[in-house]
Amino acid sequence: MTTVAVLVEARGGEATQPTHEAITLARTLGTPVAVWLGGAPDPAQNARLGIHGAAEVRVVPAADEARQPARAAAALAAATQDADIVLMISTFVNKEIATRLALLTGAGVVVDAAGVELVDGHVETLQTVFAATWDVRTRIAADKAIVAVRPNTTLASPAEETGAATTVVVDVELPEVAETIVSVEPVPASEGVPLAEAPVVVSGGRGTNGDYALVSELAELLGGAVGASRDATDEGWISHEHMVGQTGTTVTPALYVACGISGAVHHRGGMQASGTIVAVNIDPDAPIFEIADFGVVGDLNDVLPQAIARIEEHRRG
Amino acid sequence: MRILVTVKFVPDLQSQRSFTDGAVTRTGDDGTMNELDENAVEAALQLKEAAGEGEVYALTVGGDDAVAAVRKALQLGVDHAIHVSDAGIAGSDVFGTAAVIAAAVRKVHDEAPLDLVITGMAALDGLTSMLPTALAADLGWSQLTLASGLTVEDGTATIVRHLPDAHENVAAPLPAVVSVTDEANKPRYPNFKLIMAARSKPVATWTLADLGVDASSVGAGAARTVVVDASPRPPRENRVTVTDTGEGGVALADFLIEKGLA
Repeated sequence: MTTVAVLVEARGGEATQPTHEAITLARTLGTPVAVWLGGAPDPAQNARLGIHGAAEVRVVPAADEARQPARAAAALAAATQDADIVLMISTFVNKEIATRLALLTGAGVVVDAAGVELVDGHVETLQTVFAATWDVRTRIAADKAIVAVRPNTTLASPAEETGAATTVVVDVELPEVAETIVSVEPVPASEGVPLAEAPVVVSGGRGTNGDYALVSELAELLGGAVGASRDATDEGWISHEHMVGQTGTTVTPALYVACGISGAVHHRGGMQASGTIVAVNIDPDAPIFEIADFGVVGDLNDVLPQAIARIEEHRRG
Repeated sequence: MRILVTVKFVPDLQSQRSFTDGAVTRTGDDGTMNELDENAVEAALQLKEAAGEGEVYALTVGGDDAVAAVRKALQLGVDHAIHVSDAGIAGSDVFGTAAVIAAAVRKVHDEAPLDLVITGMAALDGLTSMLPTALAADLGWSQLTLASGLTVEDGTATIVRHLPDAHENVAAPLPAVVSVTDEANKPRYPNFKLIMAARSKPVATWTLADLGVDASSVGAGAARTVVVDASPRPPRENRVTVTDTGEGGVALADFLIEKGLA
């Protein structure tokens, strides 16, 4: 059976939710094995990867060098020699790793995939493009396939037969590279779920005038992450990590709430594939209303408190 | 300081973008230089101006209409324009495209050494962000990607790289391939004098034969991926917009509750 390798995305020593989504997806394509770059995972992590269907966790001992695409790709190539398909999460760094891995292995690559299927023995992927106005199906013609999948496009679920994954250490000598990472300054993790992985995103734009209290309150109430438009990050109202858009973070949550965001094409490109879209904007002609399932023309300072109160009332029963 | 900037001809973001026979429809009417490449041109011009000497080349790969992308770069102030055009390139995947660009870069580099190739962070049609990595690998040059800041000193380029989990400073020896983000700078506008001057500036047109690239190694035949279907998504149905008169937020909450989203 086809071996499907999944590059684990680890944060704080734990595999992220998109990793479990990717392993769930890998089960539909063959036998999943997880590849972990870094220190060996603890038994609880192995158990969770096993629950989602990874038979094996291949560990490549690597520290900061795993941050360098060429070295991460070399490690991954060594750990996935028997794999016909390599899945990873679609992030900027992984797209670089995927490119380097393809050059090492001759594989075909698709990034930003929303789905992967086997059709007549070929890997085919689904993507949404042009600000989610077109669906594209791509066939990978090469013998090996590398696919970077977007978070929130597969529902993670336990495998029927589960057991803790066994750990296999893969020894590989990483190549020397020309680039030197001079310094790494960690970005303080924002509370709650990271933006790209959140099932709900509540974003604020120019209409907030820099006050994110209501946007944050609604996000917390809905168990979601706080996003922002380019306007808001350019103003310095909120850090760049929160920017939703085609040059920031692309999100595909089940629910996207746009507050005081006009919906320029740059922003739509980063959120238009979301499940349900709702929008609040004072301008009835704002383009965001063209793609919103439910829109409210009004001042977010009036509308959001009403919505928050109504949801709280509903929860109290 | 000698710098080559890659620019791509893409459909205007505000136009009705579409696919024809599995490829992005690109026409002269609503095509333009990829907006994110303006940051690459700006970064190159700023480095040249700071050095007080040097030359900036703009290079594009594409059909006849793609020359518009290098014309735009000329309007912004680059010194030389190169248009690589050959029927054999059509249908190339990112690796084929990188091989063509790498061959063109080598041709320029062989005449007089380049210090940098600068690209945008992504093309706003495909948005894969893979090309800079593939190009650096093909050339065997340093890879400094997603730079929101770039400095060059004593034969070393140093970038600031903002990733979701960390901000890195990465340094590498020249020559290097650098991709710059839209945070890196604020692109200038072309002025009237440059627009007029750009009209009469020559654009070098190169074919695969000029570059010594074997046509069988690029194009649709060599592509590792092929688009088998592309179709427009249906617009969202049953959209509702209400105007707030004191109950708009309540209606929004009820919509979410009814859909099981709150």
